[in-house]
Parts: sequence; structure tokens; C-alpha cells
Amino acid sequence: MLSKRIIPCLDVKDGRTVKGVHFEQLQDVGDAVALGRHYAREGADELVYLDISASQEGRQTFTRLVERIADGIHIPLTVGGGISSIDDAARLLDAGADKVSINSAALREPSLIDSIAARYGSQFVVVAIDARHTPLAPGEAEEEAHWTVCTHGGTRPTDRELFSWAVEAEQRGAGEILFTSMNHDGTHAGYPCSTYRRLTSLLGIPVIASGGAGCAAHIADVLAEGHADAALAAGIFHYGELTIPQLKQELLERGIPVRRSF
Amino acid sequence: MIAIVDYKMGNLRSVENALRRLGADFCVTADPQAITQADKVLLPGVGHCGQAMDNLRSAGLIPVIRRLRRPVLGICVGLQVMCRDSEEGNTECMGIFDAHVRRFKAAPDLKVPHMGWNTLENMEKKLFDGLHSGDSVYYVHSYYPSLCPDTIATTTYGTMFSAALKYEQFYGTQFHPEKSGDVGEHILRNFLSL
Repeated sequence: MLSKRIIPCLDVKDGRTVKGVHFEQLQDVGDAVALGRHYAREGADELVYLDISASQEGRQTFTRLVERIADGIHIPLTVGGGISSIDDAARLLDAGADKVSINSAALREPSLIDSIAARYGSQFVVVAIDARHTPLAPGEAEEEAHWTVCTHGGTRPTDRELFSWAVEAEQRGAGEILFTSMNHDGTHAGYPCSTYRRLTSLLGIPVIASGGAGCAAHIADVLAEGHADAALAAGIFHYGELTIPQLKQELLERGIPVRRSF
Repeated sequence: MIAIVDYKMGNLRSVENALRRLGADFCVTADPQAITQADKVLLPGVGHCGQAMDNLRSAGLIPVIRRLRRPVLGICVGLQVMCRDSEEGNTECMGIFDAHVRRFKAAPDLKVPHMGWNTLENMEKKLFDGLHSGDSVYYVHSYYPSLCPDTIATTTYGTMFSAALKYEQFYGTQFHPEKSGDVGEHILRNFLSL
């Protein structure tokens, strides 16, 4: 049976992981390679590294880091952050990435999805979508609300709408959609499950849920009720609130298929 | 020496990394002599099956691969080119394995490609020594090899298909052992010790 995937996400700035984590086993929580190996050993099904460096120099550091990460882990590796051309994607593929995640650049230039997918295959292209819904009218269901796609960490609205943009991204060749609700991100209050359910029903490609997890039950809900194929989380893992084995145990107890560790 | 066949079908880096982690001596090559003389041969591949056959043909590697007498492991499209034929581009393949390669039929609860971790069943020795039914491996594919007498492991995704095939010294896995965590590493180690 196909497992639901659990994906820790690590932010990297100038070659170092940010967001302080304190694991007993790790001397240096800024060491992106060691942290990735730690999660892989714990049973992460895939890893996502996002480059949040603003400088060109930071970008180059990130590419070299991706090479070291790819050397050190034996599970799929997705990288994103600042990918704005097919050359950026090619550079990260050469460094060992299995997938690239594109966000703002795809909104600026949607044909970038087509060109990366045509050259490297849809399995290589994750389109990340950040969206925020308008305040709900009384009785209005969250999945019926207008979800505006945003950039710049949710601060800049675009003229795109979540569902139609996701469908277009799939038609252009995206292999997966990574959707983050900016209304839920960072709240630790759970995911917008009915919105994920609508999104998954519209798409023939996997949907990764991101942003909002405060406990294992939230992740279980978005996988079971939201029909998401994978859940990505950062803080909840980094701050040691929940370990991956604990999470997988809880998901198994709820009848959600997850990969057992070897 | 292990030869990783480079026939311009996708990135070989993750296969190289996996062999490096296992401490294996390897070279990346398209040279028929190096491939023939290698102790083991790895045939990776990501992309279109028809393109893969074209590339092998223009590199003159099809007779070379057919004649190999040492263990060969095809991965993903590297397995598919060793099957009879593929629905992808109606491709005639090498016919080493008795399987046909078919496309998954998408359905509301069956997304195509089949991507992610899925379980192995019906595993035969030696490639799968030390593993257990229900162990998971990583897949990314839209086409699958059918069940046939050469099947040595199965996975079910809508339909049951060949997760791995074996004919004489030729092996193939539809999944990616190089991305399949400890289970994948174990399978590669088993292959290297054949």
C-alpha cells in the first residue's frame, strides 16, 4: 500500500539551517547535513531544503550544500528557494536534488513549469502555492472562500486564485502541489482540511500539506480527511515537540498507512 | 569494479552516491569494453522508455548488455528496457525479461505517476535476503512491468505488478533502491555480494 509521506522542511541561510533546534544527538543544529541525516534516520520519508539566502553568494553556498546533503542521505531530496530559471533547476539537479520546488518564479513566468517538466520530467517539479482566504462570511465554508495566491511569505497578493492556479500548474507539467494556507501557517492550530479535500479532488497529482501543524492529530486529519498525500512540517519537528517515530506511531494507530522503519 | 552505464538517461548522481556510501569501486561509462569487463553492471534510467532504447541503440550497447555474463541490475527505466516491450511510445525493448510494460490507468483514488513509498511482497532470495514482506521502497513511475515468470517481488498500486525481475544473471527493480533508505541500501548490498 502506498504510504502517506512525512516530510521535514529545513530552511537554510548562507549554508546553515536556521530555526534553532536542540537534539541531544546533534552538536551543531545549524549543520544542515547532520540535521538531514538525523531526520532520515528517524524515518523521514523525504526532505525539503529551502534556501532563504537573499544574496547570490548565499545561492552558491546552497548549491554546494545540496551536493553534500545528497551525498549523505538515501531518501528523496527536494530543494527550493530562489529558483527562477531552468538553469537554476539544472544546477540543483546536477548537485543531486531529486525535485525542485518553485513558487514565485512560476507565478511570474508560468511557462517555467512547462520547460522544466519537459526537460527533466514532471516528477522533478513541485509547484509550491501560498494562498490566503478572504474573511469568511457567516455560514461560508472555508473551501468555498476566495483563496488568493500570494508571494513573499504571504505578504503580496497576486491576481491568481488557488484552485485554478493549481489545476493550471498540473496541466503545465507540475508533478506535485505543495499548498500552504497563510491563514494557518504558524498558528499550530491545524490545517484547512476541507480546502485540501477540494484541492485533491481537482488534481490528479499528489498534494503536500504544509503549515499549521501543532500536533500529530492535525497531521492525521489532513492526511485522512483532507486526502493529502504527504505532510510537510518544520517547527513541530525542529523544536522537538514531536518526533517522527512518535508521529508515525500515532498515524498507524489511526489506520493511516505510513512507512515502517527498517 | 562496478560499471554504471551512462547512456544519457537522467542524472546518475544518486546511484553514484549510493555506491560510494557502500564503499564500492565504480566507474561511470558508456564504453562497451569497460562494461563487458566489469564485475557488476548497473543500468539506471529516468525518462522515456523509447528514448532510452534509442540511446542504447545509438551507443551500440544493446548487444553488449545482452551478452553480459556478470550480474546486471536495471533500475526503473533501466529495468523497463530489459522487458519485452513498453506501452510508452510502443517501444520494442530488449526482451530479457518476460514482462510487458504497461501504463497505470489513472482513477480518482489512483494518481499517476505512482510516487512515494510502497510495500514489497512476495520477495524471493537472494536480492531480498534479510528483508520482510511489507518493507517499503521508493517509486516514481507511470509505467509498470507486468507479472511474469521472472517476477521476484511484487507491489500493488491499483494492480499488482513486478517490483523486481530476475532472469539468469539479469536483475531489475522498478523502484529506486538508491532512494529507498536503509531497505534500498540493503538491496544494493545484496546485489553487490551476488
